[in-house]
Amino acid sequence: MKWVRQFLVIAAVTFLGEMLRYWIPLSVPAGIYGLLLLFLCLCTGILKLPQVEGAADFLIETMPFYFIPAGVGLMTKWGEITSLFAPIAVAVFFITAIVMAVTGTVSQRLLRKGKRGEKDD
Amino acid sequence: MKKMTDFFCESAFFALVISLFGYELGNFLKKKTKLPLFHPLLISILVVIAILVLFGIDYRVYEDGAKILNYLLTPSMVALAVPLYRQLEILKKNSLAISVGILSGVAASLILTVFMAAVFGLTHSEYVTFLPKSITTAIGMAMSEELGGSATITVAIIIITGIAGNMTGDLICKIFKIEDRIAVGLALGTSAHAIGTARAMELGEIEGAMSSLAVVVAGLLTVAGANIFALFY
Repeated sequence: MKWVRQFLVIAAVTFLGEMLRYWIPLSVPAGIYGLLLLFLCLCTGILKLPQVEGAADFLIETMPFYFIPAGVGLMTKWGEITSLFAPIAVAVFFITAIVMAVTGTVSQRLLRKGKRGEKDD
Repeated sequence: MKKMTDFFCESAFFALVISLFGYELGNFLKKKTKLPLFHPLLISILVVIAILVLFGIDYRVYEDGAKILNYLLTPSMVALAVPLYRQLEILKKNSLAISVGILSGVAASLILTVFMAAVFGLTHSEYVTFLPKSITTAIGMAMSEELGGSATITVAIIIITGIAGNMTGDLICKIFKIEDRIAVGLALGTSAHAIGTARAMELGEIEGAMSSLAVVVAGLLTVAGANIFALFY
């Protein structure tokens, strides 16, 4: 019973997300609207964690599987991928490293500043 | 007698079995070798492609059988609200450092992608294909499609990005002296999404929690940012 209700909640929120995507003229995937809706419902107490937790953890743990079909779809796009080889290599190694360095450095500085501030109090 | 390949085409479970088998094989190889290159997702994709090519099965046949996997992608994105809510306390306490840190990473990613597009003379469609490169596949894939890019190539870029981040994360954090556990987690999650989070989880609980938080927040910020950046090139 627990599972039916939990999956019902997630499915219903997902459905609401799809409706929002239909109504709002932005390039935002339905899953994002659903994520925000569910987060709001949890923050406001409309939904309690135990009402969705089990199903949500299951979906998150099995998430990598859901990307397999899209990844296999690569076999039909091989030409395009090889023609984009240079930008892909740059994007993957160069940009990823910079994004990592920027995020880590900026947040570390602010975290340390915050901690020093606490000690001064 | 019926041809074997015809049977494959008719079976609803063939696609699911080879997909999950490939994933398990990846898990096994990863455990045995401890090499980040043997990422289960990467291995399962390669195994399925190899099987399809070997038996001469068309991709559309596989796609039809694997519909159930595609179908669960959107609800799994919705489910990310749960870990986000669980980490609400840490988020509130360090909200400024966390949000500015992730925001600067997302901005760096989008700005560098515009430059890269200009340097390589990419088309607009190719450019938007690259925009979601650092965010989780579920959001990135949908994002790319919505903006008019190629979802499959975005997935390829996202997966390769994740594996690169997973492999090089330790080295990059060392070079830039990123030692704070929250900062390390944020860096891995913002740059290399769920696959980077896998590495963060291995480093420790704080790193893992912060990395998964960064995956969600960076995903949301990129959705907003990519809609604006799509107009720039």
